[in-house]
Amino acid sequence: MTVLAPAPRPAETPSRLGQVRNWLTNPKYGPVIVTAVLLVGMLVAGAFRYRGFTNPQVIANLFIDNAYLLVLAVGMTFVILTGGIDLSVGAVLAMSTMITASLLQSGWSPGVIIPLVLVLTSFLGLLVGLMIHYFQIQPFIATLAAMFLARGLCYVISNTTISIVDPVFVALAQTRIPILPRLSITPSVIIAIFVVAAAVFVLHYTRLGRTVYAIGGSEQSGVLMGLPVARTKVLVYVISGFCSGLAGVLYSFYTLSGYALTAIGTELDAIAAVVIGGTLLTGGYGFVLGSVLGVLVLGTIQTLITFDGNLTSWWTRIFIGALLLVFIILQKVLTARRV
Amino acid sequence: MRRLMAHRLFWPVAMLAVLLLINLIAFPGFFSVQIRDGHLFGSLIDILRNGSPTLMIAIGMTLVIATRGIDLSVGAICAISGAVACSIILGSSDPGNPGTVAVAVIAAIAISLVLGVWNGFLVSVLGIQPIIATLILMTAGRGVAMLITEGQILTVNSPPFKVLGSGFFAGLPVSVLIAAALFLFAVVLTRRTALGLMIEAVGINPEASRLAGVRSRGLLISVYVFTAFCAAIAGLVLTSNQTAADANNTGLFIELDAILAVVIGGTSLAGGRYSLFGTLIGALVIQTLVTTVYTVGIPPIATMVFKAAVVTAVCLLQSPRTTELIDSWHRRAQLRRTLEASA
Repeated sequence: MTVLAPAPRPAETPSRLGQVRNWLTNPKYGPVIVTAVLLVGMLVAGAFRYRGFTNPQVIANLFIDNAYLLVLAVGMTFVILTGGIDLSVGAVLAMSTMITASLLQSGWSPGVIIPLVLVLTSFLGLLVGLMIHYFQIQPFIATLAAMFLARGLCYVISNTTISIVDPVFVALAQTRIPILPRLSITPSVIIAIFVVAAAVFVLHYTRLGRTVYAIGGSEQSGVLMGLPVARTKVLVYVISGFCSGLAGVLYSFYTLSGYALTAIGTELDAIAAVVIGGTLLTGGYGFVLGSVLGVLVLGTIQTLITFDGNLTSWWTRIFIGALLLVFIILQKVLTARRV
Repeated sequence: MRRLMAHRLFWPVAMLAVLLLINLIAFPGFFSVQIRDGHLFGSLIDILRNGSPTLMIAIGMTLVIATRGIDLSVGAICAISGAVACSIILGSSDPGNPGTVAVAVIAAIAISLVLGVWNGFLVSVLGIQPIIATLILMTAGRGVAMLITEGQILTVNSPPFKVLGSGFFAGLPVSVLIAAALFLFAVVLTRRTALGLMIEAVGINPEASRLAGVRSRGLLISVYVFTAFCAAIAGLVLTSNQTAADANNTGLFIELDAILAVVIGGTSLAGGRYSLFGTLIGALVIQTLVTTVYTVGIPPIATMVFKAAVVTAVCLLQSPRTTELIDSWHRRAQLRRTLEASA
């Protein structure tokens, strides 16, 4: 790291600069701080370059457009913190929108459908978790199978777009909740923020959260300490399944339709958001709030490209790839310094 | 029988046999191969031809997985190689000239080799986990392909290029011959030289193999380069078969099919021992499964559900836990028999 200040003399008490350096080189906080700086930098640059970018509604829209991705990233954070990975989230999200749309079409009430979808996707997560823990199948392959299953079921339900006309869903999609004059958000944003808050509480103030971090640090030590490793490892996939299901419901608020090919590649966005948000892919380090920052960075890239108008949309993917590279190398450097 | 069942190719071959049997029952003429216009025609030939791009990539993927790695970027490399070739052919004044096509093919392969070096560099020099290192190119690669095609679907009308995907040579589809050549090349290279041994050594214990003097860095890079080479050729075959480069859809999900073929073939994702013949069987199982879905009359859109079922079944069968359960059940049954015999 060439940007870092030279080391302070050992005799002195740690100066302010030394403290900053300690924060930056800590694998726990370093990447999150870099992401936060990057996000602020991107927003400031956008405000200088583009007219209309300073409108606070631009920030609110970041949340509105990415509410579903926030929920997905929360589930993915749990999985990656234990050192696993979940490739099925995009397909499960699509399956959830398909089930919702087709059941609404056949006249079920939304009050029944939403809990049903959440139970179904959590159950799929449970099966995946059991396969991973008890049959020792790599998370990559087990969630790949779940991805095929969910995507296949989407096609089985219908291979055309099903539009949603249910009054409750339409109302939830179109309601704007004013929080300040000329600034409003959707109910989806409130749900997403609630999910984030719940995840922060679970990870930092409950035994489950402690165990999640402990498994990511060292599964063997977790077992030796008598932590409920088996239960927790299965549970993170249930949480991820639940989050994917909920993200699907939010997505159907957002698009008011169900389509089998929807959200292809969303799992990559979720993984990218979590990595950019500073969670270590080997597990053990990371914050849910970091993943929120990661989602906002991805959303800001999209917004900047839309505002620019000259850059075509495929630059988004190239930028995301480049950012991923930078953050992965950063993680590598930070963890290497510690060891 | 038990020794046969313990062979690691037993389950994949059994699965292939079952799938072929289902086809034979549903459609008695399934195995017939006819000669029409000097070419071989029949369902079996179709399976070989449609399965050849997956097989090509799976060959490279087997070696990568044997070194304890994985390559998620092959689908994106397929798209890039197709896009490069098509844009060169379209940009030239004479698209039908074999020379133009040769230049296009060589350029596409060269660019893919660079991408392979990039993957290998991230994995071996920077030491990034392979799944993540190749995720970068998987995410950015399709964007790059879009940049090359400028967001268009490039349709080419070039007879020499079309030969790659849908031509015939000596009665067999050219794509099958290419896949066979790649397969033989990989088998001879890794089994007739010490290369295969070194790949396994790096996969089983990187540290020990380093101490034993295996230069893992160069080995890892060349394995990723070889996979990119396979992906480039598969991309050219796919593009030629569709006579168009589609940056979004060429080789979509092919990385997953290839990994699946390797896993079905009995190579463990944990690295180490690998079987190229297993991969061949795995790729055939996947393609036969797709064909079976068509012949039996299940809506083709349900194929993915069946793939999920096959992955789950094969993984559960190969899981050490299942072997344990079967063994303990076997021992108990044997014990009971001995007790009954002595009583």
